[in-house]
Amino acid sequence: MNRVVITGMGIYSCIGKDQAEVRDSLYKGKSGIVMDPERKAFGYRSALTGAIERPNLKGLLDRRARLTMPEQAEFAYVSTVEALAQARIDPDYIERTDIGLLFGNDSTARAVIESMDVIREKKDTMLVGSGSVFQTMNSTVNMNLATIFKLRGVNFSVSAACASGSHAIGLGYMFIKNGMQDCVICGGAQEVNKYAMGNFDGIATFSMRENEPEKASRPFDRDRDGLVPSGGAATVILESLGSAQRRGATILGEVLGYGFSSNGAHISNPTVEGPVRSLQIALKDAGMQPGDIPYINAHATSTPAGDASEAKALYEVFGASNPYISSTKSMTGHECWMAGASEIVYSMLMMQHGFIAPNINLENPDEDAARLNIADRTINKDFNIFLSNSFGFGGTNSSLIVRKWEGK
Amino acid sequence: MDIKEIIQTTNAFLIEEFEADPAKIAPEANLKSTLELDSLDYIDLVVVIENNFGFKVNPEDFQSIITFQDFYDYVARCLKQKELV
Repeated sequence: MNRVVITGMGIYSCIGKDQAEVRDSLYKGKSGIVMDPERKAFGYRSALTGAIERPNLKGLLDRRARLTMPEQAEFAYVSTVEALAQARIDPDYIERTDIGLLFGNDSTARAVIESMDVIREKKDTMLVGSGSVFQTMNSTVNMNLATIFKLRGVNFSVSAACASGSHAIGLGYMFIKNGMQDCVICGGAQEVNKYAMGNFDGIATFSMRENEPEKASRPFDRDRDGLVPSGGAATVILESLGSAQRRGATILGEVLGYGFSSNGAHISNPTVEGPVRSLQIALKDAGMQPGDIPYINAHATSTPAGDASEAKALYEVFGASNPYISSTKSMTGHECWMAGASEIVYSMLMMQHGFIAPNINLENPDEDAARLNIADRTINKDFNIFLSNSFGFGGTNSSLIVRKWEGK
Repeated sequence: MDIKEIIQTTNAFLIEEFEADPAKIAPEANLKSTLELDSLDYIDLVVVIENNFGFKVNPEDFQSIITFQDFYDYVARCLKQKELV
């Protein structure tokens, strides 16, 4: 079995467009949430969202490449460029090596809707143009990035609702651990537009605290009233230890454990038992005890039921060891398909820079959260291991354990 | 729309949307090789023609369009037919 290490990271999110900006936002507890009037006019109950602009790729990518990219592929391109640069993986190395690509993505709503609008209006499918079909498939991020970077290894998208990005990293870890790939570019991407989240808003999942956007996402707080949708993209370069050492790459961390489970219950209501099993499988895979984990990046999205359920699961497994816990969704909102990957990047940045980012807006922990050690402010603390949780509709759960690389 | 306007409009969208090098656009130049068109690009030519000139192209018509001048003349013919209809 190979050991699996992280040699590069990239991030494009509502709290920063690269690692340095994001690190500063995490440390300062800065929110990226705004009110979007366009959503209100469109019929949203809640117009709150993470604010992120589309990158301008003209001049960086040719017309043919840009035509086939919806916004989540553009976000993923930017985060992947940053990650490849940090990993010092260049086109020559890519040409000589079968590098894989596993990205989490579970919608491409804007591209589908806008293309169907054109066909309805023009009554001619050809007038939708040549880029549309490649934008509208759920594997759009993979097909675009694999083409742009000329990747030749494993190549498919992972759709697992709000755990997509986490499972993508978990699968990349398994491919490398089992010796089937030496290097896999993993990540998650999430479109941010009014078409992508309307039906999610329609089931009363979003916070209604529109008068205080930065206070709307408040995981574990007694007065939380729903999540805030957000997005962007995050990339994590996974590599076998042997490959990283042969290349002389700077090793940032090691993936030690991947846990997964399915609740086998309700399509949207969470359970305690499902996440508990995911946590236990991750610990077993890493050969660790709960007391070995000093920090947990919680999935907690700021919904009343979800946070309470996760708090119970965390208490059941970690109640005795009482690690620090925070949900970075308090600042970013819920980055959905991207969240499982971005929260690995956020936790890695904290671990590299010796702090635990705050769970902002935690003013009054509810009964379940009060039993946990939730960081309600920035904690300056060196730590060397973290666990990151991600859960999704349909009862899919994923837990990843990562250790700081300290030379062996 | 006279031929001068057709040429101006065509060159403008080829430069803007197809990223054509203005210096390489000439009446006698080969359209496909100058713009490095592949099969998908011809679909986008159908779209920009519809958007800019208001008529739907039969994709097979591209087989007889070799040069930029052929393209301008084709648009002019189609616009004239459209007026007659």
